[in-house]
Amino acid sequence: MRLTLKVWRQPKGATKGHFETYETDGVSPDMSFLEMLDVVNDRLTLDGQDPIAFDHDCREGICGTCGMVINGVAHGPERATTACQLHMRHFRDGDVIHIEPWRAAAFPVIKDLVVDRGALDRIMEAGGFVTAPTGAAPEAHSTLVPKEAADAAFEAAACIQCGACVAACPNASAMLFTAAKVAHLSRLPQGQPERYGRVVKMVATHDAAGFGNCTNIGECAAVCPKEIKLDTITALNRDVISSTLFQ
Amino acid sequence: MTTTLARSGRRPAALRSTVGRKQLMAVTGVLWFGFVFLHMVGMLKFFTGPESFDHYSHWLRTLFSPLFPHGWFLWLQRGGLTVALLLHIWAATSLTRQSRRARPVRYARTTNVQATYASRTMRWGGVIILLFIVYHLLDLSMGPANPGYVRGEVFRNTVASLERWPVAIAYLLAVGAVCLHLYHGVWSALQTMGANSPKRDAMIRRVSKTVGLLVFVGFASVPVAILLGYRG
Ligand code: HEM
Ligand code: FES
Repeated sequence: MRLTLKVWRQPKGATKGHFETYETDGVSPDMSFLEMLDVVNDRLTLDGQDPIAFDHDCREGICGTCGMVINGVAHGPERATTACQLHMRHFRDGDVIHIEPWRAAAFPVIKDLVVDRGALDRIMEAGGFVTAPTGAAPEAHSTLVPKEAADAAFEAAACIQCGACVAACPNASAMLFTAAKVAHLSRLPQGQPERYGRVVKMVATHDAAGFGNCTNIGECAAVCPKEIKLDTITALNRDVISSTLFQ
Repeated sequence: MTTTLARSGRRPAALRSTVGRKQLMAVTGVLWFGFVFLHMVGMLKFFTGPESFDHYSHWLRTLFSPLFPHGWFLWLQRGGLTVALLLHIWAATSLTRQSRRARPVRYARTTNVQATYASRTMRWGGVIILLFIVYHLLDLSMGPANPGYVRGEVFRNTVASLERWPVAIAYLLAVGAVCLHLYHGVWSALQTMGANSPKRDAMIRRVSKTVGLLVFVGFASVPVAILLGYRG
């Protein structure tokens, strides 16, 4: 396959970047998107140029490290697929492909396609945990969890914190991420004691980190590689109301 | 047990948060939706002729009389709607500014995966509706923008305004903007208030779209009828 890449390049420490065009040939349809970039980077390195920086780790779609906006869609055109699991067979010979970093004030660009997603960690630090004494693991059946609750919590816990929801949101809101982390605990008995303090703290930290506000557009859920659904945000909204009115 | 997720200060923090402000927008929006829907139903009385339509306008002033003195309910409603509108606009503006700041560098290329036109035009649509409300009050409620306004002769005033085709077209466009605003807004308000669920979602979306279209058809019938020559 022959492709034209328009890639965002931003030197480390710079506040501005620009698009650079790369022509590449001999791309196999069986390569992943990141492998295709590896090939481009090999050539850049041999030519004595700076390779394109991008984040990756597992390359199996489970760690949430990779992430780039490909032709205007976070993680590219395939549903429920991270950039590392996206294969070149979903593109056509001769395609022009735009590659940009996640764009959000809360995600400053470190270099090229690599952004600092520490703001998501700060939301986690604000409440994405249960306060429990550590020690030996408790007896597994000491707290019974209904099957539906376990399944629902697991669905939310599938979030890999990649930040695609922020990238896709027209408001650069991280509400789907925040809602998934809230729902993961609020759907379990262990999450109940701190449920209402947690949701408010996490939302307040989300806002303070400079994310935008959710306007129920739904692009986040549509690009989420783990298919976290929009109704996790409904549940978060409900908990915020409960925390003001009923608790 | 001590918890690190203390509950103190939770209430004000929740109200100030982006979610709290959005919920304020949802509640005030639903209030306005209630008014707009009843107003649309009321405007259908236009087709019962001048006498009946004028009588309807008069009746509005006698609502809840003698519990409230003549005209008081109307003023109460006006006050309530004004406060609701100001809060709605304040929340929308402050949230929009936060969202603008949240994405200082735009994408060179964006592709909408599923976002509807209605959901992406809530902000500008809202501005159009606000401008319309101002003009509309000056035209049919207070009179200065109406050719030869006569207080209480609501049928006459309506015809005098809308028989000018550019005004009729402007009304149709404005009512179209209201339709789009509700098309996304009614569903969105329920989502924001936590009333949505996977089971109910399809139904709520359908209701929201239907209600938006009903409001459009109901309101549009008046300028269209006048353009077509209906005079009671
Ligand atoms: C073709 C569409 C419409 C027509 C023909 C129409 C007609 C009228 C008339 C005749 C009045 C004066 C009623 C009276 O004084 O008794 C009025 C008042 C009003 N209309 Fe409309 N209207 C339309 C659409 C709308 C829409 C879409 C909105 C809101 C977004 C709206 C908001 C209002 C308000 C706030 C008042 C003032 C009520 C008051 O004075 O207390 N109208 N309209
Ligand atoms: S590199 Fe781990 S999810 Fe893509």
